[in-house]
Amino acid sequence: MIVDQAPYSLRQALKTGLTVGIPVIFLLGLFVVPVVNILSRGLQVGGELDLSPVIDVIKSESLRKIIAFTFVQATISTLLTVIVGIPGAYVLYRYRFTGRGLVRALVTVPFVLPTMVVASAFLALGVKTSFGAILVAHIFFNYAVVVRTVGGLWAHLDHRTELAAQVLGASKIKTFVHITLPALRPAILAAGAICFLFTFTSFGIILILGGPSRATLETEIYRQTAQLLDFKTAAGLSVVQLIAVTGVLLITSRLITRQNIALGLVPADRTPRVRTRQQRLLLLSNLSFMALLLGLPMATLVIRSFSTPTGFGLAYYRALGTLRADSVLFVPPVEAIKNSIVIAVISAVIAVTVGGLAAHAIIRYGQALNTALTIPLGVSAVTVGFGFLITFDTAPFNFRSSWLLLPFAHALIAIPFVVRAITPILSSIDPRLREVAETLGANPLQVWREVDLPISARAYLVGAGFAIAISLGEFGATAFLARPDRPTLPVVIARLLSQPGELNFGAALAASSVLMVLVAGAIFAIERARVGSVGTF
Amino acid sequence: MDPVLSVQGVTVRFGDHLALNQADLSLAANETLAVLGPSGSGKSTLLRAIAGLEPLAAGRIESLGVDLASFPTHRRGLGLMFQDATLFPHRDVLGNVMFGLTMKGEKRGQSIGRAQAALELVGMEKFADRSVSDLSGGEAQRVALARALAPEPKLLMLDEPFGALDRPRREELNEELRSLCQRLPTAVLLVTHDHTEAFALGDRVMVLREGKVEQTATPTDLWRNPASPFVAEFLGWNVTHDAHGRVAAIRPDSITLTCELATDQERATVVARTFRKNHWRIRVETASRQILEVEIANSNSDRTLGAGGEGLAIGQSVGVVIDPGAAISFSELPLKP
Repeated sequence: MIVDQAPYSLRQALKTGLTVGIPVIFLLGLFVVPVVNILSRGLQVGGELDLSPVIDVIKSESLRKIIAFTFVQATISTLLTVIVGIPGAYVLYRYRFTGRGLVRALVTVPFVLPTMVVASAFLALGVKTSFGAILVAHIFFNYAVVVRTVGGLWAHLDHRTELAAQVLGASKIKTFVHITLPALRPAILAAGAICFLFTFTSFGIILILGGPSRATLETEIYRQTAQLLDFKTAAGLSVVQLIAVTGVLLITSRLITRQNIALGLVPADRTPRVRTRQQRLLLLSNLSFMALLLGLPMATLVIRSFSTPTGFGLAYYRALGTLRADSVLFVPPVEAIKNSIVIAVISAVIAVTVGGLAAHAIIRYGQALNTALTIPLGVSAVTVGFGFLITFDTAPFNFRSSWLLLPFAHALIAIPFVVRAITPILSSIDPRLREVAETLGANPLQVWREVDLPISARAYLVGAGFAIAISLGEFGATAFLARPDRPTLPVVIARLLSQPGELNFGAALAASSVLMVLVAGAIFAIERARVGSVGTF
Repeated sequence: MDPVLSVQGVTVRFGDHLALNQADLSLAANETLAVLGPSGSGKSTLLRAIAGLEPLAAGRIESLGVDLASFPTHRRGLGLMFQDATLFPHRDVLGNVMFGLTMKGEKRGQSIGRAQAALELVGMEKFADRSVSDLSGGEAQRVALARALAPEPKLLMLDEPFGALDRPRREELNEELRSLCQRLPTAVLLVTHDHTEAFALGDRVMVLREGKVEQTATPTDLWRNPASPFVAEFLGWNVTHDAHGRVAAIRPDSITLTCELATDQERATVVARTFRKNHWRIRVETASRQILEVEIANSNSDRTLGAGGEGLAIGQSVGVVIDPGAAISFSELPLKP
């Protein structure tokens, strides 16, 4: 083997080349080039940089309104989510009660649900397109982000500092404001930043629940490119969006680091049981709120997918298997289920491979790559999809008609999540374990197989679960890239929702229910998976 | 025969910092060399360089006459053991010990037998199917030792092997390791900051200072004839500087304190005293403002001091007699602080 005989530096270079090179090439080829391509189409006139599209965007009254609306809806959505999420974090992470694990898991479900499912669920509830519908759907979607991020820190806060404050004469409210809240600040800011990012670039929910009159940057980029074919305006909007997203990320990360004081954290298992009447009331009211906010839309979606005009039945599901003469689709929706599953599995394989290599590179060579791989999260999926479309349409990269573009686009979006799932476990492995394995005769591949893989196998599976869930639900990029004869499930749902008629709406609900079950099934199967040879991990 | 390990002018660089600076050493089969030095002296870097875990900026490492430069770590056939056992958490005790044998491509049945034998060597044969998280610190170190020994390496390298354990456990394991080293045909390279441990285990002891080899000698030679003020001070000698910038080293057990003060005798005042079971350690300050540490064996203290170590009071005046055979004068410049 070449690797075996090569001298130290060359072997090192090879290893570095593999772990850093592949993710970087992936990012360059599938993200940087397409995005630059988009920007250059809009911003370059005859080879010269021309900022006029950006200036035109800012000058235009109607586009200024869109920018303002994007900020307003994202800010209000984020604030509301944080406000309702904090009490949820408190009861789920500060107290022990029977069934807590199950509730924590259920609360997470909406977060991994496809936006199309969320949109259908709220339409099934009878919600009309409105500003309020957008806000509620955003809260539904991001509630888990706040609960898990804030709760994760809250569980480890030392309760005795609060007791000390109370002994010193602070009331419970004063203790919360002056002791607990400042300690939670980094988690609240982090959760708020993520909520803002997601709501700022939210696409499916705005498109379906906002109605035609409520456009954001993301939906407007889609409209300008896909419908009006005005690349110049779209590029200008993309630049504005990029600046806004980068700015928000920078400000919050600055705020979080500045706040980075030692908190004296304690193990989470010291959390007390629910005891007093007051606590029981708080717990009960929060659980009811969760059931109402999270449970009701999902339950209504499923129930209404069975409620046909002729009574309870499978008519809408049967409609998924047939292609009606008046249909807006080219294939029966059941084909889309098959496509979605195949694409999800391929994209998970790509995402876990590239993400795994990237995770290794990140723990070895620092955070720069991590940041680089996170950028696609901040850039809208619509931009990614459109960039793919215009980049891979010329030889030798003419993959425009290849359905393989979809799994690659989905993998690109899933990789930050895969990296986040794997990196903490990998960096917790004592590097000397690998060195001991090496001295005992394990070559680099064997070290990975015998040390890294068994210890991080669960994290790889969790990452794969995320990748599958993201791919199944992805809509923004897919809207551009899915071929009419090979649609994915979210594309079919969006098409059905956009058409009038009871049967179209019912079929959309049925398809959404199927998609919800697929996503939940993927997450559940992988959470339960125990790889035999790996042992008890 | 070529030495099992020969290190020639090895330099390791971390940025601008020279972690190892032209280090040389040679190790014969069945020999134990203890590398002694304070933290940051480059001891661990030396082990890592030999294992192929750190790239060399200069120098050569050979084993049995073969240059190791083209051999990656996993083909060097070494045993390496760290201060904390670093056992593989996902393998049980036997699985850990079998690891090196499996990597060699040995058949499962055979490697189980050899792993069992290695566990017996360290007295852990009853723990074979235990999870490594159930082991105490000492047990984990024994398993780590068995794991390093199982593939029968030509060279066993131990990095502060028992440094994380409490003193009685450390002494017990050191004794076992000593007899194990003598029985096995393996050359041993041991790194420690504790000179008692280095003396107990090493056939020879090498002192490192800021990446440079300061002295290599047998334990008795090293204790009797430290080659530099640094070595002397590191071993616990009194290093004194006189007004002319001359440096001398005096072994603490070669100083006698007397209560009767003859007129021509060097005088000193007792500053501190500590009871250390078999001896008293007395700190005195001489008239020329030198601080001396004096060790007075408990059995002798009656004769020399009349009332023994406890008879000395802080602030008391005593006479100081230095055995000229246990004092070395260095001509070099005074030590840097």
